[in-house]
Amino acid sequence: MLRLEQVSLTFNEGTMDEKKALQNANIELKSGEFLTVIGSNGAGKSTLMNVISGSVIPDTGNIFINGQAVTPMQEYKRSQMIGRVFQNPSAGTAPSMTIEENLSMAWSRNKKRTLKPGVNKKKKEVFQEHLKTLNLGLEDRMTAQVGLLSGGERQALSLLMATFTEPDILMLDEHTAALDPSRAELITGITADVVEKFQLTTLMVTHNMQQALDLGTRLIMMDQGQIILDVAGEEKQNLTVEKLLEEFQRLRGEKMANDKAVLG
Amino acid sequence: MSTALFGSVETGIIYALMALGVYISFRVLDFPDLTVDGSFVTGSAIAAVLITSGQSPIIATAAGTAGGFLAGCITGILHTKGKINPLLSGILMMIALYSINLRIMGGQSNVPLLNEQTIFTMITEFWTSLGISQPVNQSLAGIGIMDPAIIFTALILTFIVKFITDYFLKTEVGMALRATGDNKSMIRSFSANTDGLIILGIGLSNALVALSGALVAQQGGFADAGMGVGMIIIGLASVIIGEALFGTKSIARTTFAVIIGAVIYRIVVTMALLADFLETGDMKLITAVIVIGALITPKLIESRREKKRRLRKKAELSRAAPAEERSGQNAST
Repeated sequence: MLRLEQVSLTFNEGTMDEKKALQNANIELKSGEFLTVIGSNGAGKSTLMNVISGSVIPDTGNIFINGQAVTPMQEYKRSQMIGRVFQNPSAGTAPSMTIEENLSMAWSRNKKRTLKPGVNKKKKEVFQEHLKTLNLGLEDRMTAQVGLLSGGERQALSLLMATFTEPDILMLDEHTAALDPSRAELITGITADVVEKFQLTTLMVTHNMQQALDLGTRLIMMDQGQIILDVAGEEKQNLTVEKLLEEFQRLRGEKMANDKAVLG
Repeated sequence: MSTALFGSVETGIIYALMALGVYISFRVLDFPDLTVDGSFVTGSAIAAVLITSGQSPIIATAAGTAGGFLAGCITGILHTKGKINPLLSGILMMIALYSINLRIMGGQSNVPLLNEQTIFTMITEFWTSLGISQPVNQSLAGIGIMDPAIIFTALILTFIVKFITDYFLKTEVGMALRATGDNKSMIRSFSANTDGLIILGIGLSNALVALSGALVAQQGGFADAGMGVGMIIIGLASVIIGEALFGTKSIARTTFAVIIGAVIYRIVVTMALLADFLETGDMKLITAVIVIGALITPKLIESRREKKRRLRKKAELSRAAPAEERSGQNAST
């Protein structure tokens, strides 16, 4: 479904600030696989997301989605295949537009936009059904401006918008990091539900090791632009935060730098 | 007096088309587009030149509108593909259009349309040919409307454009356009080509501005290279006045507010010019003062209201506090 071949990217090459954000990253994700990505700050997690989404072009290497090479494809074209939820709850929605208008724009993700009305009765019913699954009462507030929703509600809406058109790839970029613990738990629960429901091939970046262990079928750990650990199946299910930290120390010969990754 | 007033209403309704264009760029796309000063003249220049060369006024007006669309698209391309700051791309296009407009007008800075057939003379002729114009005109002249055919044509045209704009902004493409002004990276992640939408939006905005320019030239009887100076501020004034008075609850309401804003702006300017100490040349100064006033007044009102609210809360607290003290003493004794 998703394949990265020898993808490398260096920022500020040849200067004091040179930073190898990705070094020969190879990932192959099968259809329906749910991959969680962990690593300390600057490990290359976000860069990994950005090269897949197309907001950053890698120096070398190729990216394939559904067997199709997407490396030269522009971000907006690529996003026909990719659903994305961002860390900042305001990033995934248009705040001055209504809930139904936002859903309508998400609905058009894999279709051609026309000069027909964006919201009609039939679409409204579909949107309402989907909103009901969130159990937040948003189905009764379809014409409310999204800017008036709380961070948790907005993130739940973003998640729905990214998933209900069943994208080939779902990318979650620390999408619970900006929420308080109870809201984060709620969104984590909804995430597990929708991924299960639509059988989505998912990539989730997180700072929170426990979340990375609770969710997903496979886990990779990144450090300095390299993938240093890749576990799946039963092996992943038996992992604990302590084991992960030990593993990091064994592989890199040093303690993991970021306490936030442990506590977060 | 009332003739002057209705004259300004008529002008206001034609300028409202320009204000709607400014609304699309400034409010919907959040793109401060200064192309307007140039594209307004482009519209009137193309229309005037085609009319004097014998073309039908309708074709001339349409061509002027298309010219504005093209100018806007170029501004959009400068910004999106050339990565030039929005303000600067608009200014660059405005300055380029000054020369282009002179070229369009064959090197002259003024093209008169006296005794030429225009959209308005066409409609007045049609109106007269109906045979009922005499009594109607006379009764309307009584309340100050001198040329009913012109004012009603302008009114109908402006409202048709308003309804098309309202509809368009609610279509799938229109919503993507609004989202581009609201949250660019979000709508890009839903597979919308934001560069293309900005180019389209600025193009449409300037098409309306040029349409307005083409009509103003035909109503006023000339196209002039300098007639666009300060046009963007007039457009902004209309948008701000309208929004301040009528609010922005829905798109239909906001576009209506913009049209009324354009008319009110004209009335205010006309009234101001009636004052003895002001001359016609002071118009731009009056415009600047109106815009500054419209921008500052709502904030002043708001902060005064807040201040009052705070004082009231304070007073309530100080009234409640002694009462509490007393009840506290009662409890202790």
